[in-house]
Amino acid sequence: MKFGVVTFPGSNCDDDMIYVLRDVLKQDVVNLWHKDTDLQGAEFIILPGGFSYGDYLRSGAIAKLSPIMNEVINHANRGGYVLGICNGFQILTESGLLEGALLHNNNQKFICKNVYLKPANNSTVITKELDRDRSYKIPIAHGEGRFYAPEDMMKSILDNDQVIFRYCSEEGQLGELYNPNGSLNNIAGICNKGRNVFGMMPHPERAADAALSNEDGRLLFESILKNI
Amino acid sequence: MSANYQQEATLEQAIELGLRAEEFEMIKEILGRTPNFTETSVYSVMWSEHCSYKNSIFWLKQLPKDGPHMLVKAGEENAGLVDLGDGVGCAFKIESHNHPSALEPYQGAATGVGGINRDIFTMGARPIAQLNSLRFGEVDSDKTKWLVKGVVKGISHYGNAFGIPTVGGEVFFDKSYNQNPLVNAFSAGLLDTKKIISAKAKGPGNPVYIVGAATGKDGIAGAAFASKDITEDSANDLPSVQVGDPFLEKLLLEATMELAETDAIVGMQDMGAAGITCSTNEMSAGGGVGMDIHLDRVPTRQDNMQPYEILLSESQERMLVVVQKGKEQVVKDIFTKWDLHAEEIGVVTDTKRTRYFMNGELVSDVPSESLVLGGGAPQYQREYKEPAYYQEYKKFNINDVKQPDNLKEVAYFLLSHPNIASKRWVYEQYDSMVGTKTMTTNQPSDAGVVNIKGTDKALAMTVDCNSRYVHADPEVGTAIAVSEAARNIVCSGGEPSAITNCLNFGNPYNPESYWQFVGAIKGMSAACRKFETPVTGGNVSFYNQSVINGVEKPVFPTPTIGMIGLLQDKNNLMTLDFKQKGDLIFILGDSVDCIASSEYLYSYHKVEASPAPYFDLDKEFDLQQAVKGLISNRLINAAHDCSDGGLFVTLAEMSFPRGLGFDIVTDSEVREDAFLFGEAQSRVIVTVSEEQEDEFIEFMAQSGVNFTLLGHVTKGKFVVDDEHFGFCDEAKDIYLNALGNKLN
Repeated sequence: MKFGVVTFPGSNCDDDMIYVLRDVLKQDVVNLWHKDTDLQGAEFIILPGGFSYGDYLRSGAIAKLSPIMNEVINHANRGGYVLGICNGFQILTESGLLEGALLHNNNQKFICKNVYLKPANNSTVITKELDRDRSYKIPIAHGEGRFYAPEDMMKSILDNDQVIFRYCSEEGQLGELYNPNGSLNNIAGICNKGRNVFGMMPHPERAADAALSNEDGRLLFESILKNI
Repeated sequence: MSANYQQEATLEQAIELGLRAEEFEMIKEILGRTPNFTETSVYSVMWSEHCSYKNSIFWLKQLPKDGPHMLVKAGEENAGLVDLGDGVGCAFKIESHNHPSALEPYQGAATGVGGINRDIFTMGARPIAQLNSLRFGEVDSDKTKWLVKGVVKGISHYGNAFGIPTVGGEVFFDKSYNQNPLVNAFSAGLLDTKKIISAKAKGPGNPVYIVGAATGKDGIAGAAFASKDITEDSANDLPSVQVGDPFLEKLLLEATMELAETDAIVGMQDMGAAGITCSTNEMSAGGGVGMDIHLDRVPTRQDNMQPYEILLSESQERMLVVVQKGKEQVVKDIFTKWDLHAEEIGVVTDTKRTRYFMNGELVSDVPSESLVLGGGAPQYQREYKEPAYYQEYKKFNINDVKQPDNLKEVAYFLLSHPNIASKRWVYEQYDSMVGTKTMTTNQPSDAGVVNIKGTDKALAMTVDCNSRYVHADPEVGTAIAVSEAARNIVCSGGEPSAITNCLNFGNPYNPESYWQFVGAIKGMSAACRKFETPVTGGNVSFYNQSVINGVEKPVFPTPTIGMIGLLQDKNNLMTLDFKQKGDLIFILGDSVDCIASSEYLYSYHKVEASPAPYFDLDKEFDLQQAVKGLISNRLINAAHDCSDGGLFVTLAEMSFPRGLGFDIVTDSEVREDAFLFGEAQSRVIVTVSEEQEDEFIEFMAQSGVNFTLLGHVTKGKFVVDDEHFGFCDEAKDIYLNALGNKLN
């Protein structure tokens, strides 16, 4: 499968994602430029983390206007796979491919640390191979990661089983104590109703290389590879 | 434009700009005439302490600069450059941004991060990791809290958006920094040794470009501002503080990296202190050429900027680039791709003079060499005098300090002290993992260690300075700072390579402050020679003190040492955490009756007058050789150096990551408080699995370094001489949250 990783001006996790896909997982990857209007045959698009356009307005609010985003949206609407991580998740909610919004962390600070995630289902390509009874150690690094959706939208997200990851303890317990940023429902990641567009705040690409002594994130990519 | 700036400057104007009367005379002699106002402005910033190092260069020249792996000499390029082998070089440097941070902590710290990273990537090196060393006043004061929050947010916002991980650092609180915090930022980058970008202009006829941000009125004469005392009136200097844009810096980085791959570039220098003035003159003088620069072609943010304003502006995220004639389009295309300015503003000449024009009119014409450090800039040897306190401090006698009855209480006092407690509140605001190279996130170690992808190697780095020791004894204290940095590198599994320094001192015209500076240079030289770690560069920040009601109070002298080291085999990374219950805990080095200058003595007993702690450079060196041998022979499974807070804190820090504990016995020959909380140097705690005990003892017996079995790792209980000192969980909770509780 061919992956496409989009670089917006200000993206800073694009190289990390390409490294994991190409050098660790030995996949075919094309780096897409924000001014491009062609996905160059990529079947799985990844919007990486960073501060697109400086994120001086709202995170992701300008990036959604990039030429490449028209193609990404068309791709998603045709059922193509799209994954947004951190700033990529923010771009997906801003562009309407995913519901909800990502607000300032409730402590009003940027937070970078390892957190634990629990898969909320096994019904997406990214969660299918994961164990719902264990936790996965994956780092976060964001200032605006508090997932929010109005009540009726949240009900629909839950009814449609669109939550893919929740923050939890190392032992896998859910609870406000293990919620790093105040996200509603401990939500760390969601998908769309079509289950082909995914967004998550934690960075699985930062936990996928043996040299860093944590490969929990690699399991998410392996799930994708096994199920597409 | 106003004709005033073309008229001859007066002595009063020169003094107002920060020049001394004799310096104004020197300028007249160099030019053979009286300079105009614009020229006088140019000299005033280039001859400011910040750019000329006029009061420090005599001593800086005495630092050891040569090493087997140096790629460029100290001070010749924007940062030091060390050969890591396999065609990879490491550019690294530390710089201060103290004065701006004292006034506007957020922007001051942010632009400090921006500036140091530009120094690295202007050489063609992609930054891979950052560190920072911060010092603030008393933690309970509202002003300190405001400064800490602003500085940390500034570093966080700029560094995180720029996308380079912050992998370590230090934070220290002391009342000497109440009005004058220290913000020292370190960056290291990697480059292909065949693609080093020079900071020299060459080839008359080659065009000169300004790239990056437009030039505004921010930070005008910031270098001159940084070269005077912080006073109650300093807030009036607010326009001297620059404003940073990390997004622009990120674009500039990527464009520069693309430029480094081409053959279009002759030389490049970032614009930091003294902006266009400094970069044009340093590049010209460096290459033995001249430049004609047209200031009206510089993109500006404001209309009607005067020539001197354009020349002295310290607007951030700008670079000066000398392009190979005929290759202009290559450069323009790259900058267009990244939506950045790239304007041709002049040309390299063979005149050896820097001439500035405004709308065709010559506004300044000076010989480049006369302006720069190592050229015509003044160099002074200042007087120095040993202060009275130095001998007073040496009279300290441990027997005058009563040992407290409850040492457990002392232990918890220290674990919750802001200088000892976890700096989590600070470092969690920094992106420490972007780049997917940070090996020490999940494998905690005494130094930050980053993976050099595609090789077997890793790079270790650390910043260290206990300024209380330096204050007590500048020479010994600075030797300790270098030694501790080397010890941290060695304990992480690395081999110390080289250092960069950030020398934060008081007013150089104060003989007692200058005595501290001279002592620091001597101590640094001795230790760097011993460890064969040359000084590759850095910066000097004088005038760190406050003048309140006419009384000068210098900060603790703070020569921050930034050191890099190489792990030839990244699998040799050594971690500091206890691995399993039952492992044996040994201390390497000597246990002595010393509590001098410890946090325990200073903060618990409130005794300020004591000398630097026990230290012996030769023993330190032998200790480090032993630790290297233990790591390469794989005889230990954890190593942590015994530093601030002493042995108990060291053991607690080793317990926390895996929730383990320790059961140890003290030494009857040493006072128990000195044993547990003293900060005698040259000690490392290691753990050994029971199976390897014999092999370990055999190795250590041959090393000549003293070693003592302290006890063993427990499941979670802290025990000293059979006395219960609490549990890991409760101690960890206190240690992790103490600083945040103070600041929130």
